[in-house]
Amino acid sequence: MRRRPNVLAGFGSLVWLVLVGLPLYVLLIATFRTRSDYSTGGPLKPPARWTLQNYLTDLSNGFGQDFLNTLTVTAGVVAIVLLVVPPLAYAIVRARGRATGWVFRLFLLGLAIPAQAVIVPMFYVISQTGLYDHLIGVILPTAAFCLPVCTLVLTGAMRDIGPELYEAMAMDGASPARVFRQLVLPLSRGGLSSITVFAALQAWNGFLFPLILTQSDSTKVITLGLYDFQTEHGVDVPGLLSAVVLSMLPVLIVYLFARRALVQGLTGVGGK
Amino acid sequence: MTRAARPGAAATRPGFVWALPAAVFFLMFALTPLLLVVVLSFTSWDGIGEPRFNGLDNWTALLHDPVMIQSVWTTLLLTALGVVTQTPVSILLGVWAAGHQRNRAVLSAVYFVPLLLSATAVSVVWRAVLDPNFGVPAQLTWLFGDGNLLGSKGGAIGVLTFVGVWQFTPLHALIYQGGARAIPQVLYQAAAVDGAGRVRQFLHVTLPQLRNTIITSVILMVVGGLTTFDTVLILTQGGPGTDTTVTAYYMYQKAFKGFDFGVGSAIALVLVVVATLISLAVVRLSGYDRMRGTAEGL
Repeated sequence: MRRRPNVLAGFGSLVWLVLVGLPLYVLLIATFRTRSDYSTGGPLKPPARWTLQNYLTDLSNGFGQDFLNTLTVTAGVVAIVLLVVPPLAYAIVRARGRATGWVFRLFLLGLAIPAQAVIVPMFYVISQTGLYDHLIGVILPTAAFCLPVCTLVLTGAMRDIGPELYEAMAMDGASPARVFRQLVLPLSRGGLSSITVFAALQAWNGFLFPLILTQSDSTKVITLGLYDFQTEHGVDVPGLLSAVVLSMLPVLIVYLFARRALVQGLTGVGGK
Repeated sequence: MTRAARPGAAATRPGFVWALPAAVFFLMFALTPLLLVVVLSFTSWDGIGEPRFNGLDNWTALLHDPVMIQSVWTTLLLTALGVVTQTPVSILLGVWAAGHQRNRAVLSAVYFVPLLLSATAVSVVWRAVLDPNFGVPAQLTWLFGDGNLLGSKGGAIGVLTFVGVWQFTPLHALIYQGGARAIPQVLYQAAAVDGAGRVRQFLHVTLPQLRNTIITSVILMVVGGLTTFDTVLILTQGGPGTDTTVTAYYMYQKAFKGFDFGVGSAIALVLVVVATLISLAVVRLSGYDRMRGTAEGL
């Protein structure tokens, strides 16, 4: 059935394109301009002379270190999530006992806890344990706050595995560990990639926990680097915006090559 | 056949021990802090020494603190503005992107780019774009006047709301895209047979079918709105004056700038209680808790 073109929708989508496109355009072209070119020419003009100097300056000003710190935090958070969530989800889906039901409800409750609400006690816990200003002190709370969504998503994926498959393995007398390794993990690959992406994004873009739990340059993550750059050298807009582009580069690459997994990871609960 | 009669069936079920590592970890780093925030709200603590109990002092101080009261209203206002502006835009965008046309797929890839930026990056970019001297307003004076958008209360709230739409619409549009794609085509065909045009199909098929999606999305928006922090910290610093000092930002200021961690905890507790109450109210009022799935009522 052929429909006539939807003029209204076309117009609306064009408005949105301008709203999304304009700041992205300013963001991108500003990074290739010199500081004086930006302040005299205004944000909308293309560069008088293209330059990569902003990026090079950022990298030599410690932004590379921030980048590595964020990478460490992200790897740590993803590792913890992948270590504890799959067994948990497996237990929630397959265990008979009442205790796992309670654990699941506990995690659902956790969905409603905003990270903002716990920053003061988190600061207390992390200082008391001597982890203040260490990357591990950022990794642990960030991972903990990823668990509810990851558990929900992975439990959903594991529920889709048919009971007849479990029974077939039971016939063979397989142990829970073997069922987990040979059946559950391979068949919930989609869910696993979603929670990996979700956890990685939370860690990569996380700001609040690093803000209150670290203070040195040697433990600074990218988001904090952007914030400091903005407060200390806010006038150097091209330098600042190049740092923004650098910070989103890895996410952009994942977006280009694994858009499906990224979108599923992003929507988390909502998409299920 | 009873369970016991099936040999080996019990052995293939994982025990509680499989759930233990995650449960212990979550208990330590999410639930313990949540309980501690209650305890700390009854103490006086400067962040260095040991917390000392001071009874209801923090709470009475908060009740008489005009900035605290103002911050609650500002937070509720920004949350309401966020829901009211983001919901229609993301429903329209999501339903539009749910179509399988080629151009929509290509444009969607561009539309969802704001998702890739951290809240910090979004705020930093918009601050540069809206800078009164070197930003876009200085170029388009016919539209923005003197260009100092963040200089007045109305302007600052407007900017925060707009940046919220820019930042969060893609996520909610994605949620609606999923919801819209799950709507059975039969319903549209039936509506078309009845002579319903595009607008009536949207109003009488799409919207009612998206009901549960709308509830999920609104709850996410409410919780997100009540805990707004990054954008305020970077774009307005709570100003002008205390006009955009939202509750989460006030808590941060009290605790980490004023070193009054007891009062900070009390503010945090207010945030948790309000966020939970509003989410519960949305769930109750909408009857979400009595439904089993979107398919119900089909």
